[in-house]
Amino acid sequence: MKILVCISNVPDTTTKVKFAENNTKFDPAGVQWVINPWDELALTRALELKDNSSAGVASVTVAHVGLATAEPTIRKALAIGADDAIRVNLEATDAYQVAAQLAEVIKNEQFDIVLCGIESSDFNGSTVGSMVAEFIGYPSVSAVSGLNIENGQSVITREIDGGKETVSVPSPFVAIVQKGIAKEPRIAAMRGIMQARKKQIKVVEPIAVDALTEVVSFEPPQPRAKCVFVDAEDPKQLVDLLQNEAKVI
Amino acid sequence: MSVLVFTENWEGKFKKLSFELVSYAAKVAEMLGTTAIALSIGDVADDELSKLGNYGAKKVVNLKSEALKILDSQAYTAAIAEIVEKEDAKVVVFANNNMGKSIAPRLSVKLKAAVGSGVSKLPVSTEPFVVYKRAYSGNAFANVALKSDIKILTLMQNSFDLAETANEASIEAGSVSVDGAMVKTQVKDVQKQTGRLLLTDAEIVVAGGRGMKSADNWAPLEELAEVLEGATACSRPVSDEGWRPHEEHTGQTGKIVAPNLYFAIGISGATQHLAGVSSSKYIVAINSDKDAPIFDAAQYGIVGDAAKVLPKLVEAVKEAKAK
Repeated sequence: MKILVCISNVPDTTTKVKFAENNTKFDPAGVQWVINPWDELALTRALELKDNSSAGVASVTVAHVGLATAEPTIRKALAIGADDAIRVNLEATDAYQVAAQLAEVIKNEQFDIVLCGIESSDFNGSTVGSMVAEFIGYPSVSAVSGLNIENGQSVITREIDGGKETVSVPSPFVAIVQKGIAKEPRIAAMRGIMQARKKQIKVVEPIAVDALTEVVSFEPPQPRAKCVFVDAEDPKQLVDLLQNEAKVI
Repeated sequence: MSVLVFTENWEGKFKKLSFELVSYAAKVAEMLGTTAIALSIGDVADDELSKLGNYGAKKVVNLKSEALKILDSQAYTAAIAEIVEKEDAKVVVFANNNMGKSIAPRLSVKLKAAVGSGVSKLPVSTEPFVVYKRAYSGNAFANVALKSDIKILTLMQNSFDLAETANEASIEAGSVSVDGAMVKTQVKDVQKQTGRLLLTDAEIVVAGGRGMKSADNWAPLEELAEVLEGATACSRPVSDEGWRPHEEHTGQTGKIVAPNLYFAIGISGATQHLAGVSSSKYIVAINSDKDAPIFDAAQYGIVGDAAKVLPKLVEAVKEAKAK
């Protein structure tokens, strides 16, 4: 069984976000790039399944759509334990376009399970995983917080509004994963970092697909009013403000 | 042409989110000079369906299908695509929740329709069609042009005010060619959360962080949530420690919520936490560290020890509510 984990390269979550070119582009100056947090959890779960011999996972590949500047992030995924990597050489600006590229990778390489994080922490689209599935006609399961393989069958926990379901879909399938899929992201050990240097990153050129969206401009969030402090001895004052000023209780 | 809005039901009932979606779709339809049509899938009684009309749906398509009894993203996508075509919908609205996120992107590919996901306002313009959405996990917003003929929008929960109108909707039975053979998902087990208010539905959320010091100290926080008829939540370290269940984790990697009122108690306000709660209309922070970043995000703050402040606050709320 082969697993593919799709990874996105995003600014570290503590980055102070700035924009350039008239607020139309993210300003990458001084930014630390990391594997998108949910993709990192997806990768961790894929590797846990590979470690568990009864799951029958032969290999874990990562795929990324982006320019060569993302290679340190891809190397990190290899250092954490992915066997190999594929990079589609295209600047990722539109989910539809990215998903089409990943679908092409899957068509050419064939995987049994494709894992995608629920969203990327930069565009917050929550769309690529399910789009990939539709492009290649695979079943997809969203909001996945647990994934096991028992006797070659997927056992998937998905969150629904108001609870959880245990479901199964036949392979090949796409699982869009979120919190709970793995406890903590796996960290690269020195041995992994050494090995990663020798692992292959296969670079493929993109297929022609039109973008369906275009960012016109970015804006900072609305500034919030300055905090009004209330005496800790007198919470009545707070209740009064919430009731009569904010009118929320 | 029309605006189609998918309204999910919970055991045959709609909730505020459904009406919020219809209110939103009706306004988008107005901007486009057309009307909103609601799509309901499942067993919902006519009097419940007619409620969608009160929020501006001109017509309700009532689709009952054995194949759609459980959520199979492929079958749902195929069914909704058929309705989109029949109703000549140019905009399709979903909730930005688990259900919406599992269908909208697939529908996007099927119809070659751009998705504006996680929108929190009406479109900025319709020619070109530009939407305003959350980006960089709440550290920015983006104006995004959707360049396809059909557009799909997913609306953030609790971001749009309900708009009741004197309108009545006609109810029409829908039909699609989707059948059971298409369904690949098998549901083996369902665990429903019962009794408690869902975190994502709550208009008031009371969240605790590491400053609560121990799992044993949650009683006054739960009591505050109870008297306010809100839901309880927690920061990531708290769920990682196992003090509270993972379902309660609000923040970037947990649940994204936007209640009217969010209490951050003993939560320092790390960027990752704020990413999940910054769309709340009001944030109240209670923290013993006056320099905690949570106070920069909060409108109201109390510097103090949660264990001492909470019981007094609970009493004050009870008193105010009794009036």
